[in-house]
Amino acid sequence: MATLLTVDNVTKRFGGLNALETVNLTVNEGEVYGLIGPNGAGKTTLFNCMTGLYTVSEGDIRLLDVPIQNRKPHQIVKRGFARTFQNIRLFANMTTLENVMVGRHVRTRAGVIGAVLRGPNSRAEERAIRQRALELLHFVGLRNRSRTLAGHLAYGDQRRLEIARALATDPRLLALDEPVAGMNSQERNQLGELFLKLRDSGITLLLIEHDVKLVMDLCDRVAVLDYGKKIAEGVPEEVRRDPAVIEAYLGTGAA
Amino acid sequence: MPKFNLSEWARRHPGFAFGMLAVLLAVLPFIVDASLGRGWVRVLDFVLLYSMLAMGLNIVVGYAGLLDLGYIAFYALGAYVYAWLASPQFGLHLPFWVALPLGAMLAGTFGVLLGTPTLRLRGDYLAIVTLGFGEIIRIFLNNLDAPVNITNGPQGINLIDPISIGGFSLGSRHVIEGVHLFPPTLYYYLFLIFTLFTVFVAMRLQDSRIGRAWAAIREDEIAAAAMGINTRNIKLLAFAMGATFGGLAGGLFAAFQGFISPESFNLMESIMILCMIVLGGMGNIPGVILGAVLLTVLPEALRYLGDWQRATIGHVVVDPNDLRMLMFGLAMVAMMLYRPAGLMPSRRRQREFAAEDGAAEQEQASLYDAKA
Repeated sequence: MATLLTVDNVTKRFGGLNALETVNLTVNEGEVYGLIGPNGAGKTTLFNCMTGLYTVSEGDIRLLDVPIQNRKPHQIVKRGFARTFQNIRLFANMTTLENVMVGRHVRTRAGVIGAVLRGPNSRAEERAIRQRALELLHFVGLRNRSRTLAGHLAYGDQRRLEIARALATDPRLLALDEPVAGMNSQERNQLGELFLKLRDSGITLLLIEHDVKLVMDLCDRVAVLDYGKKIAEGVPEEVRRDPAVIEAYLGTGAA
Repeated sequence: MPKFNLSEWARRHPGFAFGMLAVLLAVLPFIVDASLGRGWVRVLDFVLLYSMLAMGLNIVVGYAGLLDLGYIAFYALGAYVYAWLASPQFGLHLPFWVALPLGAMLAGTFGVLLGTPTLRLRGDYLAIVTLGFGEIIRIFLNNLDAPVNITNGPQGINLIDPISIGGFSLGSRHVIEGVHLFPPTLYYYLFLIFTLFTVFVAMRLQDSRIGRAWAAIREDEIAAAAMGINTRNIKLLAFAMGATFGGLAGGLFAAFQGFISPESFNLMESIMILCMIVLGGMGNIPGVILGAVLLTVLPEALRYLGDWQRATIGHVVVDPNDLRMLMFGLAMVAMMLYRPAGLMPSRRRQREFAAEDGAAEQEQASLYDAKA
């Protein structure tokens, strides 16, 4: 399997605090990779560094061997790396459909002239944007909510919409930050199935998750962060038995 | 009796409603001339100019959510470029189809120049910087009469060429088939064409890939960036588009007035245009035009209060100009209380405000629950 994403000795400092300390990991093409760790371990910080929202203090991040650290978020999205947010960040006052259509921005090109003149090309493009957005809504099960305001959707549906919006950017690698947080077990299972469908369609998934069962069921490999350091990496079964991991989660003595 | 709903009716008979509107707009200056007097045709011209300005600023503030308090600077740049290219100031008398686009382009360029360093700022900070820019341009215009006289300083530039289309000057009176056409009426039709053009462009932009990107940035800039929108360029585009329309309106203003001075481009004008947008309904083109109509016509109408005071009391007790500001203040306060989203809000803005109300009510409700 080819390496898709490489995180090479990444350090992120906030003032005197090392939020990430020489973190290394590699995500292979086509796998579901889990990133777990106690609260405050640096999981979301690592996501933000990878997707260009934070600059890294030291180290490299490469997507298909092209360095992406300290690039602008939109450049990273263009290279095929999309994400969702832990605290849902939808465009709340736009409709469900419009939200997904925004996601197509990076794969389309109509500018001011096209928008004003609406020639055959820009009209065809606009139709294609709408068509693709509707397909994605169908894929995540929100097809009949297309005219609803994103802010009015139920919580679980908002999470699904965020995934559809990220998928609209045609990602190769999709990073999901606690996608099932706050969901009941039925919703979790549905979303779990959705993730498997995504993986089968060739999208690599990078998952921050607290739900142990979901991680064990879904992930091919898992890395564990604690206090900004990677303390374990491997297949879920191994990692679960790793003394360092048990110590991080339960404290010394528990191991 | 069933309630008559104009917008509902217009939706059901679009062709007829459009035709009526077209006829009304075509004969309006004659009706106004006959009923209210020629002075009011001039007011009509300014309504159109301010509509253009307000729609330009609406792209920046209403669509992209960037608070710009120095918008009048672009209007000033457009006006001065026209004046430089078509007046005795430099002895140049270029035709309007050269001077107007050059003014609009220069204003657009300045929009980009101002935007490049400042669009990293958000909200209040951006507002302060743009306010400063507006003042800097005005002060420059005021002082660039020495060592080389470029702007003629506070005296302004006079004798600016009127717009003339193939030898037909809009600045003088014409009699066609026995119909007397005066300059304000002629300019009315020219401004109407430009206003309709602005409406067309603004509407198409709103409902496009670019318009969606602006809305996304307004809603959540970080999410917009994470969805692949080049936020800096798209914001710059909003700035440049707004500035271009401002510059265009400025050139038309210079040609229409024949005289411009820095005094016409003060901070109060920027605030006024912003008020038009806020009063009418941010983001919604009919609302923005309504705001421009109200805030241009009302001050003129208030002038009659001076005459009225003279007629009833014998002298002017309250200067109508002061009264104007007082009325604006009251109107703004009343609006905040009763129609915070504007008189004709866009659906999206309406929802934003409704959502906030809903959240506030919920909070209130839970407070009461806690007490009980």
